[in-house]
Amino acid sequence: MKSVVEQKFLALNGDEAVAYAVKQCDVDVVAAYPITPQTIIVERFSEYVANGEVETAFICTESEHSALTACLAASLTGARAFTASASAGLALMHEMLFVASGCRAPVVMAIANRALSAPLNIHGDQSDTMAQRDSGWIQIYAENAQEVYDSVIQAFRIAEHPEVLLPTMVCLEGFQLSHSLENVNVLPDDVVKRFVGVRKFPKVLTHEGKFAPLRLDPDNPMTLGPAAFPNYYFEFKRQQEEAMNKALEVIRQVHDEYAEISGRRYGNGLLDPYYLDDAEIATVCLGSTAGTVKTVVDELRAEGVKAGLLRIRTFRPFPVEGIRKALENVKAVAVMDKSMSFGGHGGAVFHEVRHALYDSEKRPFVVDYIYGLGGRDINPMQIRAIYRDLQEVLQKGRVETPIRYVGLRE
Amino acid sequence: MTSKEEEKSWKEISIAAVCWKPSTDFLTGDWKTFKPVRDLGKCIRCLLCVMFCPDGAIHWIAEKGDIEFDYNYCKGCGICANECPTKAIEMKIE
Ligand code: SF4
Ligand code: SF4
Repeated sequence: MKSVVEQKFLALNGDEAVAYAVKQCDVDVVAAYPITPQTIIVERFSEYVANGEVETAFICTESEHSALTACLAASLTGARAFTASASAGLALMHEMLFVASGCRAPVVMAIANRALSAPLNIHGDQSDTMAQRDSGWIQIYAENAQEVYDSVIQAFRIAEHPEVLLPTMVCLEGFQLSHSLENVNVLPDDVVKRFVGVRKFPKVLTHEGKFAPLRLDPDNPMTLGPAAFPNYYFEFKRQQEEAMNKALEVIRQVHDEYAEISGRRYGNGLLDPYYLDDAEIATVCLGSTAGTVKTVVDELRAEGVKAGLLRIRTFRPFPVEGIRKALENVKAVAVMDKSMSFGGHGGAVFHEVRHALYDSEKRPFVVDYIYGLGGRDINPMQIRAIYRDLQEVLQKGRVETPIRYVGLRE
Repeated sequence: MTSKEEEKSWKEISIAAVCWKPSTDFLTGDWKTFKPVRDLGKCIRCLLCVMFCPDGAIHWIAEKGDIEFDYNYCKGCGICANECPTKAIEMKIE
């Protein structure tokens, strides 16, 4: 059993917490194109490079498509690669996101979540990453700058795990997290370096008929991601799904191992419940909103209301089993979506949580609350109103309006 | 990845879409519409076509002292015809 190591307190915003973690993770290549609210990540990191604090090759590319392509290529040679993006930049990477996951390149990327145009908006909502949820990337959503720091370190271990080998994004909401200063506990450099370790390569059968480590190497030539026709493409996609399934366990393990040295836990690494054991009404959310919800849950509990919260930390892989178990004894659930699925029936988080509950015998009532688009604030009063709504649903015994909007002027 | 062998399951193939067979195991000759046909009289055996063929479909056969087209791999791009200094190669519809 490892013991918690001594750490120091730094005042960092979420973006700086990312840069600081990347500095400690022994990253070989960082390629990026700046976009608000991610800019500070690469600004800080380029300072580390300029000051000689890291030995990372820093590539200034002319677009996000190129930034991810450079990281992908570096990663395929065996390098540890990192990039950061947001909003339109992430949208521009769309094509390469699939190439990276298909080539099983364990690139780590931080996303400072931001709304998508039009109208132009630079503030934080989760439309950008929700739109990439089927790209084959692992998605971790952090609640505060501390968790941002911790998650980036864990992300390299998860992505590079030989059973997983999937690119991983750590998501932090623009401005709420990217630009807000917080106290962040940081581990000593050598502890992080040891924790992240040296990248391992599983062996694969090459066209020369021999098994070689999965990386581009002139001594063991191999072709990654060539044409695969209808008779094989499907099989490769099934493999990616298997890696996602394995990731559920790996994320938990890496989280536990990290908790032992850092002393910090976020539920089981996949799901972070708050007063959920005996809750009758509960909300489900991702990211920074959980902090505000917890304040409200504290107040409600003091008033004798059995309120709870389930924060989903990993949206991909989606912990279906865990969500069902966590919520099946709750009577009414409010899912909070910080993005829209136009013409769908509610937001992405709502869809998936409701889907997870379909197989539950007790099947609680589920209501969707769309909020915070384009960075609109959500306050404790509004969250209280959500819990009040849930009480009303229980009284009436039915959900009259399954999709509701919080903070929208009607 | 097309081949005549029995097809493998998703558990048997290498991850990351790593190709487990050399590209020469995949016949690509049936992609062509035009095929290169050489006028033996005009050909000076300069081997420029051998070097320019992007598919390695033209071989120098030492025993014969001549070149040969391998139509199993020729995709009919016409580069050889274009590069031939004596215009010995004509692209003919298949
Ligand atoms: S047509 Fe193209 S592929 Fe065929 S032999 Fe000529 S150069 Fe090669
Ligand atoms: S390039 Fe033309 S002349 Fe030279 S070897 Fe080929 S066919 Fe013959």
